[in-house]
Amino acid sequence: MNRAKVERLAPWITALIFLMLWWLVVKIFHIENFVLPSPIEAFAALYNFRYPLMIHGLATLGTTLAGFALAVLFGLVLGILVGSFRLVYSSLYPLLIGFNSVPKAALVPVLVIWFGVGTIPAIITAFLLSFFPVVVNVATGFATIEPELLDVLRVLGATRRDMIMKIGIPRSLPYFFASLKIAITLSFVGTVIAEIIAGNNGIGNVMLIASSNFNVPLVFAALIVVGVMGVGMYAIFALLETRFTGWSVRGGGLEHAVGG
Amino acid sequence: MNFIEVADIDLIYGDRSGVEDGTATLALSKTNLSVDRNEFIALVGPSGCGKSTLLKLISGLVKSSQGSVCVDGEIVTKPLKNVGMAFQNATLLPWRNIRDNVLLPLEIVEPYRSEPKSELKRARAEELLATVGLSEFGNRMPWQLSGGMQQRAQLCRALIHSPSILLLDEPFGALDAFTREELWGVLQSLWMRRKCTVVLVTHELREAVFLCDTVHIMSARPGRVIASRSIPLPRPRTLEMTFQAAFVDLVHECRHHISLGKTS
Repeated sequence: MNRAKVERLAPWITALIFLMLWWLVVKIFHIENFVLPSPIEAFAALYNFRYPLMIHGLATLGTTLAGFALAVLFGLVLGILVGSFRLVYSSLYPLLIGFNSVPKAALVPVLVIWFGVGTIPAIITAFLLSFFPVVVNVATGFATIEPELLDVLRVLGATRRDMIMKIGIPRSLPYFFASLKIAITLSFVGTVIAEIIAGNNGIGNVMLIASSNFNVPLVFAALIVVGVMGVGMYAIFALLETRFTGWSVRGGGLEHAVGG
Repeated sequence: MNFIEVADIDLIYGDRSGVEDGTATLALSKTNLSVDRNEFIALVGPSGCGKSTLLKLISGLVKSSQGSVCVDGEIVTKPLKNVGMAFQNATLLPWRNIRDNVLLPLEIVEPYRSEPKSELKRARAEELLATVGLSEFGNRMPWQLSGGMQQRAQLCRALIHSPSILLLDEPFGALDAFTREELWGVLQSLWMRRKCTVVLVTHELREAVFLCDTVHIMSARPGRVIASRSIPLPRPRTLEMTFQAAFVDLVHECRHHISLGKTS
């Protein structure tokens, strides 16, 4: 087996080993299934409840993507501002960090008071949890532009807009895509938290109801659904990243630098 | 009136009141400099003497604390437009190929900016790349080129919009000796082909004497111009000339001025 093949199979093998360890632990210690179900029971629940899980899974996915889209938009604009204006940076950054330190789960009840039970608090929680990495990364991309490069543009008579469009945005794209991979997974966390605390549908709501019925295998089936969706979205953004920012990854062994 | 006229410039980093107690730095003090149109000059001096600062003053990127800078009869109060600049780092955009990097100024400077992206502009970039020996490399990405080739590309970018002033801040400082001397020739022929006013900051005296019409020597901080030496050698100058007595004497003379400036 060649190296590339091993690398492709490795994550599947790791997942398999993890499931086997899980199964072994349950068997060896005779753990009851309302405490920790075996993976077989979890997958059985996944199969038995496949329709409700699919419907609620799609609801969670929709909510997550809505919160994520807001986070990307807001994060991009704020990141550009924070990264390109010193004053915005120094005035806003402490507030942002303070805000990010607040546990978002604690905000969900407040959001429910404002917007009622349902999808909107979940979208907002997903947004709140995931915008921060986008802001920080985009701002870093902008703030680390070589000053000489800005000088070159300035003495050509470039406007601020020129500098953002020609240098800032392309330069911060690798940072931006890296942040998307973090933000999408955080966005799932935010949605599910809000659904558990105050949802009337979605995977989080399924988990809440299942656990109050002591249907722990279903809780784990729901967790698997969230995990798989997270990995799937991550993979999509990783793919986009290599498409759009290939320049930031040198070589790839295709061509070599020429001397002279 | 000279094309560039720097008159009695003081430049302080920090508060003027801080110069005494050391919280601020007096980078330039009572500095004067005159440059003719299409003259090629060098600023040389010990490190930290404010050479690069003086360069930025001329371009308008830095404001003086006292005194004035005039370019083409007008006092410089904000960054000039239509200036070419090149640095020790090539600062090429890694997401653009070499040709598009060279074309960058044409997307910003008028009147080219308003013109559509045309074959004409492309041809202009190709022609310039050919004069520095990069005709085959327009489609390459910057990281695929060696340091010397990146510097050639940077020179093309600095010149494509036919600037009236070219400001060079140790452009060959990071290169090995052979590549550096080769690029002296490249720069000289570029300049002889399309004349513009060039201010070169360097700490390499042979480079200054090889390339320039006048070498201005600066003192240690706070910097000011303590001697100016015109270089009467005929052009085009060749590397062979750098071993001849006339050239070596000029380099020695400049070095002597620098050592005087360090002790004063």
